[in-house]
Amino acid sequence: MYYLLKQIVKTGIVTEPAPTKDESLRVLEQRLGEVVLKHFGRALAIRHVDAGSCNGCELEIHACNGPHYNLERLGIRFVASPRHADLLLVTGPVSRHMETALRRTYDATPEPKLVVAIGDCGCDGGIFGESYASRGRISNVIPVDVAVPGCPPEPLAIIRGILTAVTAR
Amino acid sequence: MPGPLPAWHASTQDLRPIAEKVRAQKGRLVALWASDERTGFALHVAFALRAGLLWLTVPLEREHPRYPGIADLFPAASRMQRAAYDLLGVHAQGGADHRKWLRHGAWPAGVFPLRKDFDAKTSFEPAPDHYPFIRVEGEGVHEIPVGPVHAGTIEPGHFRFSIVGETILKLEERLGYTHKGVEKRFEQLSPEEGARLAGRISGDSTVAYAWAYAMALESATGIELPARASALRGIALELERVSNHLGDLGYLANDVALSFGFFQFSRLKEQLLRVHRELFGHRYLMDFIVPGGVARDPARMGALAEVLAYIKSEIAALRAIYDEHAGAQDRFIMAGQITPELAAHLGLTGVAGRASGESYDLRCDHPVPPYDGLGVQAAGHIRGDVSARISVRFEELAESLRLIEKLMAELPSGALRAPLPAVQPGRRGCGWVEGWRGEVFIALEAGENGALQRVHAHDPSWQSWPVLERAVLGNIVPDFPLINKSFNLSYSGHDL
Repeated sequence: MYYLLKQIVKTGIVTEPAPTKDESLRVLEQRLGEVVLKHFGRALAIRHVDAGSCNGCELEIHACNGPHYNLERLGIRFVASPRHADLLLVTGPVSRHMETALRRTYDATPEPKLVVAIGDCGCDGGIFGESYASRGRISNVIPVDVAVPGCPPEPLAIIRGILTAVTAR
Repeated sequence: MPGPLPAWHASTQDLRPIAEKVRAQKGRLVALWASDERTGFALHVAFALRAGLLWLTVPLEREHPRYPGIADLFPAASRMQRAAYDLLGVHAQGGADHRKWLRHGAWPAGVFPLRKDFDAKTSFEPAPDHYPFIRVEGEGVHEIPVGPVHAGTIEPGHFRFSIVGETILKLEERLGYTHKGVEKRFEQLSPEEGARLAGRISGDSTVAYAWAYAMALESATGIELPARASALRGIALELERVSNHLGDLGYLANDVALSFGFFQFSRLKEQLLRVHRELFGHRYLMDFIVPGGVARDPARMGALAEVLAYIKSEIAALRAIYDEHAGAQDRFIMAGQITPELAAHLGLTGVAGRASGESYDLRCDHPVPPYDGLGVQAAGHIRGDVSARISVRFEELAESLRLIEKLMAELPSGALRAPLPAVQPGRRGCGWVEGWRGEVFIALEAGENGALQRVHAHDPSWQSWPVLERAVLGNIVPDFPLINKSFNLSYSGHDL
């Protein structure tokens, strides 16, 4: 236990300042009313859905929860069920085998159910495109509020996308 | 076959006798796949022999393509045979499992998307997906269906648990949710574009896949790789191993509520990723390996040496903390055990295999440059539990750091890339790389006008997923996430 505590003290705090929002990522008009925004305050529950990604975007979403970016200190946390979520963070091109699961997850999410599409594949299907097995971009299957490009987008870009989705103009 | 890999290709009609002989001599099944040869079909099997890799091609007739199954000899072949049927309609005879595997509702039975007369753009109305899970019945038995959307930030798949109380009686996996037509997509791309796709088969293993693909293409064209490019590829592959092992060691602590470990290892991983970004232009080294060599020369190797030296000293401190943490060890030890006998029978490979006495490592067994002069030490344990899989990761981290140090110190000068000639129709090549998870294999056949006729990518998870079903037996449901994480298998690399 001594070594564990020593390691913690030695490490100190590595968390860095949070990024600001980026209006250029917005693809839909803001659907959040004043009341909802007030209700959200700074607490936001996110459900991540991998709709067919290569697992690259997931690595960066993991990084968002690491100590350098520390998403939780912004009042944003990942939850285990879409029924507890305000926002869906969706990666992938949508594989046809995940299409139903993605729709059901979307349906199970309570209003205002914001959707942030993550990665080049989420934005436009990426290198996988549309085919017998892939539906391509996320917005081909469910409405998307903000789309964050990148292969994969870096953690700050993901956090910026989330902040953009929840912040009124 | 040309290239640094000891690999042979042969056409045969005697699949069963050869497979029996390979099994008797303790050879391993690497991959099984099929292809459309227009006049007929072909079944392909890659075996790992002591001397190297043997790629067998079995021609099959057009009307009723069928072959004798080999799942009784190599249990891992079962799902590969089912996938080969789903994609190409070649039928494994014998007492094999004939349920569909990669096909859900996206295309109907009797349609085979990898056949040449199938247009990749064809789309079908989504049909309901009926899959006959094997039921366990008896007093007090009930089922827990999990997924495809999981509770954490992980890839999608379905797990069907049959349990009594908290104890797992049976686990049945259903994968294929992330099938996005990768192998069909290859056939629409040029060999250069194919390298980008290969790097996105499984995002966490982008270096291993890009290298295996490049190796296949280089073997098919018969070119020699510049020494500097080989060394830089070796550095990139080891960096990928280091960053993934760091991530896993953090998450394994997280799964036993030791969030200290998660934050410590995530911190080290992030520091490394930032140096990757600076030196290689990408946090996960995507598109660094290209056919013929590497895409750029990482300047400022000093920054890399610095961060790796720091990581090395921190890992030593953290390993001591893990080892003496009674609460964590209590969860790690004897959880999800796979005995060496079972591992050998089922053909377990990679990190999990090396924790269960299957100490195969391509970097030692069949070293290609730059590994030929490095004397790589393979990790090896026989206990086969979560704790052993953690030990393997710690040991491989230390070994990778040593290898990178050595490669950086002896980095040859010279060209980064050799020009890649157009690949001749009908030429074959294969790539076989020890990625951080295990052996990544890519087989490639060139078509007319420089196109790709058939590219098959094989993830080591094919071998390991069925073993996970066995590892959880008798364990309690709350230990599943921990056991699953200790294997950390790929969905996307498996589903293609």
